[in-house]
Amino acid sequence: MNLQIAMLLGQDGMTNGAIYALLALSILLVFTVTRVLFIPQGEFVAFGALTMATLQAGHAPALVWLLALLAVIATIADLLAGRRDTGRYRFGTGQALRLGYPFVLIGLIQVLPLESLPMALQAALTLALVVPLGPLCYRLFYQPIANAPVLILLIVSVALHVAMVGVGLLIFGPEGARTQPFGEGGLELGPITLNAQTLWVLTASLALIVALYLFFERTLYGKALRATAVNRVGARLMGISPVFAGKASFFLAALIGALSGILIAPITTIYFDSGFIISLKGFVGSIIGGLASYPVAALGALLVGLIEAFSAFFASTYKEVIVFTLIIPFLLWRSLTSRHVEEEE
Amino acid sequence: MNLTKVAASLALASLAAASASAFAQVKVGVVSSATGPTALVGIPQKNTVPLLPKKIGDLTVEYIALDDASDPTESVKAVKKLISEEKVDAIIGPSGSPNAMGVIQFVADAGVPMLAPVGTAAVVLPMTDQKKWVFKTTQNDDIIAKALVDYMAKHNVKTLGLIGTADPYGENWAKVMAGLTDKAGIKIVASEKFNRSDNSVTGQALKIIAAKPDAVLVTAPGGPSVLPETTLYDLGYKGHMYQTHGAALPGFLKLGGKKVEGTVLAASLMLVLGEIPDSNPSKKVASEYIAAYEKLNGEKPATFGANVYDAGLLLEKAIPLAEKKGKPGTPEFRAALRDALEQTHELVGTQGVYNMSPTDHSGFDDRGREMITVKDGTWRLLK
Repeated sequence: MNLQIAMLLGQDGMTNGAIYALLALSILLVFTVTRVLFIPQGEFVAFGALTMATLQAGHAPALVWLLALLAVIATIADLLAGRRDTGRYRFGTGQALRLGYPFVLIGLIQVLPLESLPMALQAALTLALVVPLGPLCYRLFYQPIANAPVLILLIVSVALHVAMVGVGLLIFGPEGARTQPFGEGGLELGPITLNAQTLWVLTASLALIVALYLFFERTLYGKALRATAVNRVGARLMGISPVFAGKASFFLAALIGALSGILIAPITTIYFDSGFIISLKGFVGSIIGGLASYPVAALGALLVGLIEAFSAFFASTYKEVIVFTLIIPFLLWRSLTSRHVEEEE
Repeated sequence: MNLTKVAASLALASLAAASASAFAQVKVGVVSSATGPTALVGIPQKNTVPLLPKKIGDLTVEYIALDDASDPTESVKAVKKLISEEKVDAIIGPSGSPNAMGVIQFVADAGVPMLAPVGTAAVVLPMTDQKKWVFKTTQNDDIIAKALVDYMAKHNVKTLGLIGTADPYGENWAKVMAGLTDKAGIKIVASEKFNRSDNSVTGQALKIIAAKPDAVLVTAPGGPSVLPETTLYDLGYKGHMYQTHGAALPGFLKLGGKKVEGTVLAASLMLVLGEIPDSNPSKKVASEYIAAYEKLNGEKPATFGANVYDAGLLLEKAIPLAEKKGKPGTPEFRAALRDALEQTHELVGTQGVYNMSPTDHSGFDDRGREMITVKDGTWRLLK
């Protein structure tokens, strides 16, 4: 163990830790706003990475059909709900846009030369394909039971996770994929070279965290979400729609997930089911933050990444054991120091 | 009214059962991991089922294919279902090594021969009373390992680093290599483990580089075999890279790209079929299989599918022998089938020639495994 090895391990740990931190933040966001433990978060990582790889291979991603299917079902559900509540079918511009969107994308995919697009456009297209799945999932699976106990929401999350892994296998196949790196070369830093992708991951994560901070502190929508997180009933009385808050938080979660997927896809091989274990480590981070504190969750996730990298060096056989055992002392510490608050009335 | 309905349907059912047993029929269960983490292995196996022999002698063979979702618990459930409900005469599968290890006791208790297309030799070695019901249609790790170690010794490799998956595949390879390298005078200076789902193996790779081995062998099944090699490449490791037959699939070339150029592995001749001389008996069988598979599925099969195809060939040879001892569906038939499989002699399969014996339930020799390297993004035969 010398300085060079320590720095390389540190670089590796920071790269993974930054991704875990992003996921920890979005898990925390979804949980505080909607009380949903968003287990399918990892699937958005995998979907993002694999869609990017599909685009780079020049194939049309079949994910767009899933998007279209969900949009159609959501529209039907909205129409039926409108009839139940008001006795007539309502079809507003919002519905029309949502229904039309996937079909515009289908057209775009047919027309665009996917393989030769600049990487930034490929990434944008990937986000355009994956991110709308977040709000659609909320509309279809969580909105009808938004007031159910946390346990039921958790069970729905598990079911959705299993279903999405299956759909992932169907859409992307069993082979793993890697995408091309965003840039070649790297930055000389003492005895080691920070490679370009690591820099990309770190800067993008940092930028996203700053953007999220500004969003929650400075914008009305961000403040509305924070209000919902603090007190759902109070926020509702102030005119903040819980449906809007739910969809917005799922939108952000899907965005962060898909972006994380695009960021790590050049570093590692992603399979249709790789997302779960990645988001689980982000989850460990958000547990360290007590499912309440954003900065502690981000730091915790970073810590998970570093511990993972160093334990892979010292005791590779026990790496996962070490990482997931980490959660026990923190849970103990949390349960001893924090006052127990009963969520359900 | 209701009673007559029940009586009528009962009568119908028994009639159907009677007519079914009138045609002598062999039932074979197939368990594959067509979904879940091992799907890469399981899908070509599932797609091979329609190519298995449907008629052997004057017996028709019915295949009942089940998916275990790569979960060992599901494999046990599927096997129990096949044995108790379908009353199968033989089982082909499961796809994964841990899955196969988990079901051995159940097939042995029920006395059903099982043809396992799995990588690890642990399913048939060391031979026990339970494992005598298991036959393995892949090359044993030690045959591949011996070829690799011989090649390494010839090319002046003195120190070796190992990195493998933390599962029966990786464990067994570590064991086999420890024994063989000792004899060849090669020293293993680092032995590291990683998980299939890991998104980074930098730590393990650094430890291996710190030990400065002449060569590194990656022992991982399927897609995960790529990551350690590309990581070592990225960290600037300049030694020789070796892979096991676990890496022998198109995805390895696709995922690894130019970073896996020059890798040496020992694997089935199917990878380099075009370069194999016609005198090799397996060439014809393998070409037929590949052509049939391609016609059916529109793509070339991975070697994993061929292991299931070979199971069909073994049954084709053994079932007529077993038929003389008993009717299909009886314990006598299954026991006779097991004995017949054990006596398989010089049967040419897609991956080599089978010669089973009471102690060797894999039956392969050096024929069928070739030294292969990666050159210009394709598999090439090493001469």
